[in-house]
Parts: sequence; structure tokens; C-alpha cells
Amino acid sequence: MNNTIKFEIDGKIIEAEKGQTIVEAAQANGIYIPTLCNFSGVKPKGCCRMCTIKINNKFMTACTTPVADGMEVENNTEEITDIRKSIIELLFVSGNHFCPACEKSGNCELQALAYRYQMMVPRFPFLFPQKGVDASSPKIVKDQNRCISCKRCIKTIEDEKGRKYFAYKNRGNKLEVVLDEEMAKTMTDEIAQLAMENCPVGSILRKEIGYIQPIGTRKYDKKPIGSEIEV
Amino acid sequence: MVKKVIATTSLAGCFGCHMSLLDIDERILDLIELVEFNKSPIDDIKKFTKRVDIGIIEGGCCNSENVEVLKYFRENCDVLVSLGECAIMGGLPALRNGIPIEECIQEAYIDGPTVQLNSKKILPNDPELPMLLDNVYPCHEIVKIDYFLPGCPPRADLIWDALVALITGKEMDLPYEVVKFD
Repeated sequence: MNNTIKFEIDGKIIEAEKGQTIVEAAQANGIYIPTLCNFSGVKPKGCCRMCTIKINNKFMTACTTPVADGMEVENNTEEITDIRKSIIELLFVSGNHFCPACEKSGNCELQALAYRYQMMVPRFPFLFPQKGVDASSPKIVKDQNRCISCKRCIKTIEDEKGRKYFAYKNRGNKLEVVLDEEMAKTMTDEIAQLAMENCPVGSILRKEIGYIQPIGTRKYDKKPIGSEIEV
Repeated sequence: MVKKVIATTSLAGCFGCHMSLLDIDERILDLIELVEFNKSPIDDIKKFTKRVDIGIIEGGCCNSENVEVLKYFRENCDVLVSLGECAIMGGLPALRNGIPIEECIQEAYIDGPTVQLNSKKILPNDPELPMLLDNVYPCHEIVKIDYFLPGCPPRADLIWDALVALITGKEMDLPYEVVKFD
């Protein structure tokens, strides 16, 4: 049985395997589709909408949509670029993202996407919502001002018994990702490091190592996010 | 070539963006061939003496004086540029947004750990002092701003490239490495 599927991204014919998502297939072919809540190895959720594409003239999320024969995908068009940029801008105004005062600056995926899409200023008014910072645990700081509720920490950070360190609290616009107090007491440095790395923004930070990387050597200082994928 | 006229000001900022402007090093000699400065802390001209081509704003609006100066700039400048994170989104002063003014003043002048000399517990109340606004506002939420140059401070190369483009009327082509938010 033939498992190869052929479809088009921006007119370029792509070969993919059955069962792959569009994001995975694009990546394997050197095409970058921006993602934020999507994380390699866990089931995609499609909540941030960064990977919005147009399939056969309909908006879809590329991280949740499996490839299918004969699909015509639009990725790098003016319309989609503007939609993605507006999503980044919405995330900036709906939290408190003070880049100059953030330890994650330079390694932050949200910031890197803003650089890639050349956001000079959000088109929406800043909301400055009141959010808290939980620094009570020994290893990490959980800053709600920067959290984008992507769920990456909830899905990927667990102990050897599979118990989660992070969870959702409240609902609707009061929803927060919080750290379990009891679990936090036993958190190792390795898990704290992984939690910080898996967080796309500066909401989870390891204590006592802030600003350890000099400006100019950080992940997105010289090259835009996605440039490692693009051919 | 007629020299373009530039004005600058620092509202609720730290003067870091002005320092970054000086960071263009020897290119400052080229700059004075291209422009003349009007109202600016650099030459200490207090009031506009002529129509200005490019007004550069550092800092957001945290008090009534900032708003007045910003509107004064808008009236007198053809093009206004928000320079730096504070002008663009309020920056560090905007960390107080959402905290009531009374609490901020109380912390700054009475309760703060570094307050030592205010034994009479005096709060600033001179009528000459500008009134604090309820929040710190980005400049473009007060007046129309034409261009935005992010950074804390904006890289000297970014300021140089953008200024030269504005002065010569060419399109801004800003390299990836110079447009940063920190």
C-alpha cells in the first residue's frame, strides 16, 4: 500500500506520509509554519491559531490538520501573514509583556515571532491586566503576567510516576496555569530547567540563573525563528 | 540640500534612548551635515522656534506635563517617531498600571524600604507639580504617531538607519539584528 501523499503549499508540490500533520510535513520539506502552543511529541491542541493556513480557501490550523491528497494550502500570503501578526499583537496586549525586564528576552518564542513578523507596535490598545507572580516554590517563578495559557508545561512536565506539576485553575478569562504547591517542593533542577525551556514565553523561570546568557548570544538574537527549518 | 529640522524630548523615560542616539559615534558628524536640532535636551532649546520635520519622542505619558509636551510636539512636527519601549508601550513606568495612585505615592514617599528622611510624612502636593495620570500611556494612545522604533534602548544602528531613511526619503530597510525589544 502506498502511504505517500502529494499536496501543495503555496504552489510547491510536497510529498508527505499519511498521518502526518501539515506542520510536520511542511517542516520535513523545509517550509516553516509558525507555531506557539504546538510542541513536538505531544498531541496538538490548535488553541493559539498561530499556524493558521488556508486549505482549499478555508482557514484551518496546520498543527491539527492531517495531510490529504490534493490539498491546496496557502501559507505565505499577505492575508495569512497579517492574521498571524494580529494574533501576536493580541497576545502582547492581553498580557503584560515587558520585554526589557524579562529574563527570557532573546530566547522567547512569542518575542521571536514578533521579530519575524516585524511587529513594531500592536494595533490594539494595551490592556495591562492585573496578574500575580508566584515565587513561593524553591526552584521556579511562575509569572502570570507573561503566561499565554498554551498548556505546554501542563502536557510535558511530570515526575517519574506521571504526576503533573502544572494545572489549569479557574475558567474563562480568569483561567490561569498554576504550579502544584506540594509537587513544587520536590521539583529537581533538571525538571525546573525543562519547564523553563518548554515554556514559549517567560512565564516559567528558574531561580538564580537570570540573564546568564549575554545579549548577542541568545537563541533569536541573530537569526529569526524558523530559519533553522527553511531551506 | 536644505537641512531637515529635528526635535527630541524625553517624557516618562530614562534618557537611555537619547544616550543610544549618541551611540552612533562618529556618524554624529555626518548627522549634523544632514540635520539641525530645534527643541531638544541636546541643545537645550525649550520652545519650538520653527516648523520641525521629525520629532522624536522618548518615554510614555505618566503625568499631565508629558501629555502637554506630546501634544505640543504633534502640533509642531510633521512626522512623530516613538523611540523605545516606553514610548511604544509604557515600558517600565507602566509596571504601576493597575495599582491605585494613592498606593504608589504611599509606597514611594512613606512605606518604601529606602524612605528615610521623610519623618513628617509629607506627600508631594505643590500645585506646580504635574498631576499623575491614572495609568502610564503609550504615546500613540494620546496622539497620532507615524513611526515606531522599538528597543530598550533602540540600537544605535536602528536609530541611524531609520533617521537616514526619514531624512533622505528612502524606504526603511531595517536588518533583523537591530530591531529588538530589549
